[in-house]
Amino acid sequence: MYKAKVNVTLRPSILDPKGKAAHHALQNLGLNDVQQVRIGKFIELDVNADSKEAATKVVESACAQLLANEVMEDYEISFED
Amino acid sequence: MATFGVIVFPGSNCDHDAYHAMKHIMNSKVKFLWHKDTDLSGIDFLIVPGGFSYGDYLRSGAIARFSPIMQEVVKFAEKGGPVLGICNGFQILLEAGLIPGAMMHNQDLRFVCKNVFIRCETTDSLFTNTLTKGQVFDIPVSHGEGNYHINESGLKSLQDQDQILFRYSDADGNLTEESNFNGSIDHIAGITNDGRNVLGMMPHPERAMEKLLGSDDGKIIFDSILNSLSVA
Repeated sequence: MYKAKVNVTLRPSILDPKGKAAHHALQNLGLNDVQQVRIGKFIELDVNADSKEAATKVVESACAQLLANEVMEDYEISFED
Repeated sequence: MATFGVIVFPGSNCDHDAYHAMKHIMNSKVKFLWHKDTDLSGIDFLIVPGGFSYGDYLRSGAIARFSPIMQEVVKFAEKGGPVLGICNGFQILLEAGLIPGAMMHNQDLRFVCKNVFIRCETTDSLFTNTLTKGQVFDIPVSHGEGNYHINESGLKSLQDQDQILFRYSDADGNLTEESNFNGSIDHIAGITNDGRNVLGMMPHPERAMEKLLGSDDGKIIFDSILNSLSVA
């Protein structure tokens, strides 16, 4: 069993209204050192696979077909050791 | 007489409006199609209605596109069958890849539910052939994720191929910044695929069918559709 962690984020070229709103709220809290906020999704997947390579393939397929919309989102996959 | 099919997903909430609009206002044959149905025989025109299919989990429309019926809708559309996706229906058609682009949260993060104006941009489609270019309609919107996005080359191709059917405007048809309330790229309110048989639009024509309820401008679009189906 492999535990995959997927981060889905809006592409850098795309305005992130949620991140902007959160950034604004942080400024109201006085946390003026925060320069930018981008909000994404974090998804965990438990994958049955014989190898990490095989598990990666499954997760990549899940990301490309469902978990991320590649028109506006990027994704990053990592595995828990 | 053409038969309309209205797809019902768990979480659809404009399915009955669409049914009522077609049956009682447009006097057409219409039937509901459950999302687990796979038989589209006898259906001449498909409506993917608005709502919150599958609770908008993950992204609006992302789960619905994997419904059994959506596989049939894709086949139907690829064979040239006419499909209208309204609001959440538009989002589902985008996720299914029948129309290019994607929807983001409205630029001010608010769910907007009000009447707006849209302008007809082309009469070269089965959805707009009885309209006049530049004609302005009074029509409701009701969405939180209607901020249409597409990359630059995609936008250029939509413009070059005359695929933008409706843009948000003011009452006089001017594309003002305020009229583009959700932040959509190029004021886009409704676009068709390159085969011109699939229309996705955020505003709700099926909710603008009776003067008593504010506006009956939505009828103009369904008149155009019925006209196209009768001559086809």
